[in-house]
Amino acid sequence: MSRTVETDVAIIGAGPIGLFAVFELGLLDLKAHLIDILDRPGGQLTELYPEKPIYDIPGLPIVTGQELADRLMEQIKPFGATFHLSQMASGLTKLADGRWKLITDAGIEIVAPVVVVAAGGGSFVPKRPPIAGIEAYEGKSVHYAVRKMEAFRGKNILIAGGGDSALDWTINLAPVAAKLTLVHHRDGFRAAQHSVNKMRELAAHGKINFEIASVKALHGENGQLNAVTLASPDKKEWEHLCDTFIPFFGLTIKLGPIADFGLNLTENLIAVDTAKFESTTPGIFAIGDINTYPGKLKLILSGFHEAALMAQAAFHIVRPNEKLRFQYTTSSSSLQKKLGVA
Amino acid sequence: MKIVATDRKGATRDVEGRDGWSVMEILRDAGFDIAAECGGACACATCHVYVTDGWFEKLAARSDAEIDMLDMALAVEPNSRLSCQITCAPELDGIAVTIAPE
Repeated sequence: MSRTVETDVAIIGAGPIGLFAVFELGLLDLKAHLIDILDRPGGQLTELYPEKPIYDIPGLPIVTGQELADRLMEQIKPFGATFHLSQMASGLTKLADGRWKLITDAGIEIVAPVVVVAAGGGSFVPKRPPIAGIEAYEGKSVHYAVRKMEAFRGKNILIAGGGDSALDWTINLAPVAAKLTLVHHRDGFRAAQHSVNKMRELAAHGKINFEIASVKALHGENGQLNAVTLASPDKKEWEHLCDTFIPFFGLTIKLGPIADFGLNLTENLIAVDTAKFESTTPGIFAIGDINTYPGKLKLILSGFHEAALMAQAAFHIVRPNEKLRFQYTTSSSSLQKKLGVA
Repeated sequence: MKIVATDRKGATRDVEGRDGWSVMEILRDAGFDIAAECGGACACATCHVYVTDGWFEKLAARSDAEIDMLDMALAVEPNSRLSCQITCAPELDGIAVTIAPE
């Protein structure tokens, strides 16, 4: 199922810095492919704070996370970058011809002379509840997402959480499940009101159960769950029979497979120089929150600067026999042609 | 002011708070393992702490945004707070917090 593509630069992470890297590379005629575990570009901007205002982007006195992601996508549109979304960069190997092969967990292989790690804090992955032994059930009777509803037909399902995902899947899986219980630590939700109303209606008609409680322990064997211990806010505990547990507590950031790429890591950050933002592995660059150097500030604007210098250095690796002509977008007709404005 | 902080392994030590700073910032800078992914914007729930009884009641009530974000935290208890939403102040001298499990 693997598919191999060749390009100039492979970028890990489609957050603000990965996106702006496309722009800086594009001005130098370098093509990029981006990989991101999320299903849309924007990284933390769109996943963590889409509606929060940002005040320190030069020239934009106030912009929300979502707006900044949208503006960056508009800005890089002329350069036709390819996005490989909903997948994680899972392996990196050096080829005999000196280029790198970056592999994703969806079977895409990107071959490029330059790899740019713009992965922020790492990959967004589902939060795992701190319940002893939960790992043993994962993939078998504990799931963090619903890919195929049919897989849950006839199951006795327990869903935990109070956000949109927990509510939506409670509503969607109710007709499929043999029995479905939603547990949440309080009688209130941070979800769309119509979803909350629908859930309460299902509960009122006995189609689902809603319990104000938290899951304290899992019981079962060989990865198959058969009951959980629930605890109410006033510390009463009881056993609840179920064969499937789906916790929905949103996403958190883990470094993930990048830790095994053989890069020089300092406390989960990639050490780079400040002239090129290249790691100690030639051809591998790191920009944005994932890198470290003396004086580093984790600011979006610092990442933009890093992307610009990285692109200059990447050019010399991708086109070793060409001379780099430094130009300004205000005055260069060739840059303006690339941007589609001339 | 002083913050009595307990990490996930149960080790307790005192750290010096600074008026006007958030408890999250103090804990993070003191080397406690606290992700604070969103940097204090009340948007991620990775600075979740339990506030020891007696101190919990002294804090300003949770905002709606904090109540919402706590829904995304794990192992929420009645004394759960997001430490980015607790501001150091003289009247909180001695406040005791325990970092919640990841």
